[in-house]
Amino acid sequence: MNVKALLFGLLFLLPAPMWAQGYAGLGGSADGFDIPKQGYQFQFPRDHGPHPSFRIEWWYLTANLIGEDGRDYGVQWTLFRSALKPTQTDGWQSPQLWMGHAAVTTPDAHYLAERLSRGGIGQAGVTAAPYEAWIDEWHMRGPDPDTLTLTASGEEFHYDLSLTALGPLVFHGDAGYSVKSADGQASHYYSQPFYDVEGVLYLPDGDVAVTGQGWLDREWSSQPLAEDQSGWDWFSLSFDDGDKLMAFRLRGGRGDFTAATWISADGTATPLPDGSASFIPLETARVEGRDVPVTWQVTLPDYDLDVEVTALTPKAWMATRFEYWEGPVKVSGNRSGRGYLEMTGY
Amino acid sequence: MTWAVTQALLSHWRRHRLQLATLLIGIALATGLWSAVQAINAEARASYQRASDQLALGRYDELRDPSGPIPLARYVALRRAGWQVAAVLEGSLQVGDRRVQVLGVDMVTYPALPAVTQVEQSDTPPDPADMLTAPGRLLAAPDLAQTLGVRSDFPPILPSDALPSDLILTDIGVAETLLNQPGQISRLIVLPDQPMGIPPLSEIAPDLERINASTRLDTTQLTDSFHLNLTAFGLLSFAVGLFIVHGTVGLAFAQRRGMIRTLRALGVSMRRLVWMITAELTLLALIGGALGLILGFFLAGALLPDVAATLRGLYGAPVDGQMRLQPEWVVAGLAIALAGTLLASGHALHRLSRMPLLSGAGLQAWRGAASGRRATALIGLALIAGGFVTAYAFEGLVAGFAMVAGILTGAALVLPALLSFALSLLQRGARGPVTQWVWADMRAQLPGLSLALMALLLALAANIGVGTMVSSFRLTFTGWLDQRLTSELYVTAADDQQGQQIAQWLDPQVDAVLPIRSIELAHLSGPLFLYGIVDHQSYRQNWPLIASSDEVWDRVLAGEAVLINEQLARRSNLWPGDDLTLKPDQTLTIAGVYSDYGNPTGQAIVSMAQLDRIAPGADTRRFGIRLAPERATEMAQALRDQFDLPRQAVVQQASMKAQSLAIFDKTFVVTSALNILTLGVAGFAILTSLLTLWTQRLPQIAPVWALGLTRAQLARIELLRSVLLAALTAVLALPLGLVLAWALLAVINVQAFGWRLPMYLFPEDWAYLFALTLLAAFIAAALPALRLLCLPPADLLKVFAYER
Repeated sequence: MNVKALLFGLLFLLPAPMWAQGYAGLGGSADGFDIPKQGYQFQFPRDHGPHPSFRIEWWYLTANLIGEDGRDYGVQWTLFRSALKPTQTDGWQSPQLWMGHAAVTTPDAHYLAERLSRGGIGQAGVTAAPYEAWIDEWHMRGPDPDTLTLTASGEEFHYDLSLTALGPLVFHGDAGYSVKSADGQASHYYSQPFYDVEGVLYLPDGDVAVTGQGWLDREWSSQPLAEDQSGWDWFSLSFDDGDKLMAFRLRGGRGDFTAATWISADGTATPLPDGSASFIPLETARVEGRDVPVTWQVTLPDYDLDVEVTALTPKAWMATRFEYWEGPVKVSGNRSGRGYLEMTGY
Repeated sequence: MTWAVTQALLSHWRRHRLQLATLLIGIALATGLWSAVQAINAEARASYQRASDQLALGRYDELRDPSGPIPLARYVALRRAGWQVAAVLEGSLQVGDRRVQVLGVDMVTYPALPAVTQVEQSDTPPDPADMLTAPGRLLAAPDLAQTLGVRSDFPPILPSDALPSDLILTDIGVAETLLNQPGQISRLIVLPDQPMGIPPLSEIAPDLERINASTRLDTTQLTDSFHLNLTAFGLLSFAVGLFIVHGTVGLAFAQRRGMIRTLRALGVSMRRLVWMITAELTLLALIGGALGLILGFFLAGALLPDVAATLRGLYGAPVDGQMRLQPEWVVAGLAIALAGTLLASGHALHRLSRMPLLSGAGLQAWRGAASGRRATALIGLALIAGGFVTAYAFEGLVAGFAMVAGILTGAALVLPALLSFALSLLQRGARGPVTQWVWADMRAQLPGLSLALMALLLALAANIGVGTMVSSFRLTFTGWLDQRLTSELYVTAADDQQGQQIAQWLDPQVDAVLPIRSIELAHLSGPLFLYGIVDHQSYRQNWPLIASSDEVWDRVLAGEAVLINEQLARRSNLWPGDDLTLKPDQTLTIAGVYSDYGNPTGQAIVSMAQLDRIAPGADTRRFGIRLAPERATEMAQALRDQFDLPRQAVVQQASMKAQSLAIFDKTFVVTSALNILTLGVAGFAILTSLLTLWTQRLPQIAPVWALGLTRAQLARIELLRSVLLAALTAVLALPLGLVLAWALLAVINVQAFGWRLPMYLFPEDWAYLFALTLLAAFIAAALPALRLLCLPPADLLKVFAYER
């Protein structure tokens, strides 16, 4: 039902068409939801858990893996929280809704699954300590976010991974206050980009033992995109020398808004303002009836970065209730590495 | 040439307008009754289909807990084990004088239902936040939405025409509040896509039962028998209508023999004539059929609300009372009119095509020979025998109807021989020439009248049979209600806790508080409702047992045995002494079988302790209360006041009985309406046959008149003849009607509804019907008799000049 579409619309902070039909008032900060504040002091483990007074939140894990067969694999595990009202109650009528997306991408295929749940009955949720995020049988669990087991399954796939954090948490923007538009829309945003990952993927062609790197994003907010913004391109890149880059571009009628965080190998994060990074689509592919850029030129003059980012496979389309592209990428140019790319609004 | 022949053929109808009207009415009646039944059936079935599409019924496997509702924690456990299931909470709710179903689904995980999609795509889509959080929204068909709208304690209502008329669709969170069943789930549907490697159900939820989508008993199966009943009635009406067509066409052909002879003498080929007459009949059939469709449409529209009420009452099948005109129905109606007309005229047409060019217009040439009568009677006897054999050799409703059809058709075919035999007996006892002539003349007329008399026989037999069945049923039902509804008051609490409070409060004030608890189990034969009872004289003295073993109540109450209802007994062939498996590890001996009318599903009764063992979760919300009858009203009010219960939560025995009888009576409105129509059609058939015979009759009457009988005497004889034949037929119809009643009660009812009813006889009804028949025959003969009375003697004289 539309509830599901709306849920996703909210999660991606997109001005979905239905908002124009009656949800237009949602723009801004109204409806009693909290809005992100500059200078917010994160407290852990509390902030690993949910923030029900904010409209949207996610626990977003991606991993670039290499199988024992030498092939590249990508894994996505995402839990979204979407609140219809800024309250938390028990039972079916809780306004907190949850949605899970999981996917495995191979060089020639993409497997995905989607789950939905209400918040008040225990079918899905997040606890900060001990740390667990779950929906149905999928979970990301550990004593704390530094040591995790991760599992998800769909009709055609299943995975069991264990993750160990080898570096510190990274805060984006101004100490975790990440601005999303020139009008000032923003979110609270931090990451753990230093996971070492190992485990097994169960795929239609057989089981594959894998190892690699993972990246967890935590973000919450209450505001949709600015009215002219139609979607975004988001990159998380890990270079072979240990440095990392988070960069995104929000596409808008009044011009793009970009932001980035340069993460050095020791975890030192440097936020980079609007206009620091540039993103040029070099090649598009026809995926599920849409033209999606699958090769990008990403440049970051401050760090002398000029790389080509190419999708492992164009097939990484998330044909969920609200569709988007999310898949592993390879980096070449004056630096090489791997990473994940997410593109919405195509 | 063609034009000239056309004119000649049509000139007949110009001169015989009444005949034309009769023919068209015959076709219209046959088509109309048949089409009405078809329309009702089609509309009811379309309603089920809509409902099942609208609610996605029968599309998914389901999980149920045989011992009661599924707790929310069980759903979460299944989900957390990977099982993709969606929760449903169902129940019924009394709103004013309507009982409505509440279907609460988890709107987030349940597959999209048409009504939800429709509401969301409307111009003013609801905010999902309003749908999913308190107070929520209710979706209901527009007319129900209006009824619900007056209740201020209900959440706002969104009208949707994509829902059955007696259903509220809402989110499960809203349903919990509405039905006052927090944390409970009625069933889980198993979604089509399941993830890899989920554990088997037996490991994580052994107490849940998986019910395959295809094996569930659906509305269509349940109501099939009802529709077959209606169809059989429609077919009977159609057959009776065709008798009229047959009679009229026969008459028209007989009267046109002279013209046809002339046309052929003028050089028109027989082939051309046959084609043109066929074309003429086709045209008439289409006109009559069209009239019939109009009749049928309005008839169906008038009967449908009652049928809908019956189907809802008997089977809980969702049927709208609204008729919709469907093009297939129009085409089918015209086709059946055409086929029926050609079938009824085939014989006449065939004879016409074989008629020698120079053959005269005499009567005997048109009639069947006497030897044909014996053959017909033999075929009739064979059909009767075949009918009985079918019923004994084969099981099922269709075999039951085959038997009834065999007996009825057979009896109709035997009728002329029987009448002829009766008349020859009368003739033998006759004194005097006039009396002898009357009997002989009647025998001579018999072949021409026999089809009409057959129609009368069938209509009378159907009336007696169905009337006997309905009256027997009503008598049994009333008696059974007295036995079953022994408590003076019935109260329904909002929940278990209130139930307990009510029981405690009542205990010192009344003679007995009898808890009524039940759960739904899945049995091989379909859903099975298991009830628990406590030991009380109410049961021991009154319960309507139709088969029992020794010490039946002691054994049941000791938890050693079980009682089952007749439906279950007959469907599964289980009788006292057999074992009934309630759950895999719970088998009890059957101690008795009780009658249970108006309920399509199986039922069983065990002791309360046994019910708790089998299904600890069954709720205790309903009670029967025994007290002095005169205190019932006062106590009902006291209960409502004390526990703040809504009006419908406390029901007195008398109003419950009245309600049940009202539903019962509505059930047979359609049957009696069709019954009366059939009798009317049969009366009309006699009229047409007598009119048919009328023209052929002059040559026979003229000599008698010439011998000295006055026209008044002849007219009286005419009336007498008709009434006497009808009386003879009615006398023969009585045993046939009783056989039919027996077949309906002992065979058809058992197959269709699962209960066998005792047969009662209602001689006053027969006397009334007999009188009605004589009256019909009298009226039918009055017109020909009147004509005879006013006939100019010249016409009688002409017979000697022109005929032969």
